[in-house]
Amino acid sequence: MRAIEPWVLGPLGTFVSESQARLALLMTTSGQVVAQHGFAGSLDLMASAALGSGIIASTSELAVQMGWEPFRIVMHHGSRRAHFLGWFDTPRGRWIALVVFSADTKLGLVQVFFERMVEELVAATPPEPGQKKEVLAADFERELNASLRALFGR
Amino acid sequence: MTTPYGAMLDSLTRLRGIRGVLVVSMEDGLVVAESLMAGMKGSPIAALSATLATRVAELTGSSGHGLPRFLHLQGGDGALLVAPAASDLLLVAVAGRDVPLGLLRLEMLRMAERLT
Repeated sequence: MRAIEPWVLGPLGTFVSESQARLALLMTTSGQVVAQHGFAGSLDLMASAALGSGIIASTSELAVQMGWEPFRIVMHHGSRRAHFLGWFDTPRGRWIALVVFSADTKLGLVQVFFERMVEELVAATPPEPGQKKEVLAADFERELNASLRALFGR
Repeated sequence: MTTPYGAMLDSLTRLRGIRGVLVVSMEDGLVVAESLMAGMKGSPIAALSATLATRVAELTGSSGHGLPRFLHLQGGDGALLVAPAASDLLLVAVAGRDVPLGLLRLEMLRMAERLT
């Protein structure tokens, strides 16, 4: 398990062990990875983050078109694996969780532990660093590589 | 409560010492209908009851005893009672300490037979 922000590791670790999740990914709504568990390669991770944030964006828009509140959770139940995709608000903005778990794990159980993880993440969020740095194109690649090193340890 | 199970759940919650009754989907552990005392959260009870019932069914099945008809967990402060029903549903009751468990068990088994 690896995270860009170390304070995420505690709540995510508890969630993964309690829910017996095979894969877990926390990301921002723009698809930037915050933490991951179980992903072996950066390609899978980045593709999953992009697809997960895209699904949340498109289902939220679908709900808006129908005059509903955005769907908080999108579930797919396969024969061997199930996918749970849900968004939640933190002091650092809206985040998305993508969780892959065994099909014999109850969705209700994943939801209960997910809600607890959200509460723990919100409680553990440290205050924002004072001044936001302007993101420059020249820094982008260096920051991306630093994030990948943090997420994969290389 | 406006679900079709409302009258059934209310008749159980009228029994002395009952803190809450739920109809739970066994496959995904979600609440189908609930009648709970204020302050009780149904989703954790539903999720954990469904997980428990599934594991016990695996245990009794693998030991050749068939599917369980009733689960009774007695704690220091009360009891959790689970009656598997047809259509992949569970009838779950949370009872306090001073509850006529025999009567509750009979009522739950009778209702579980009608639960579809």
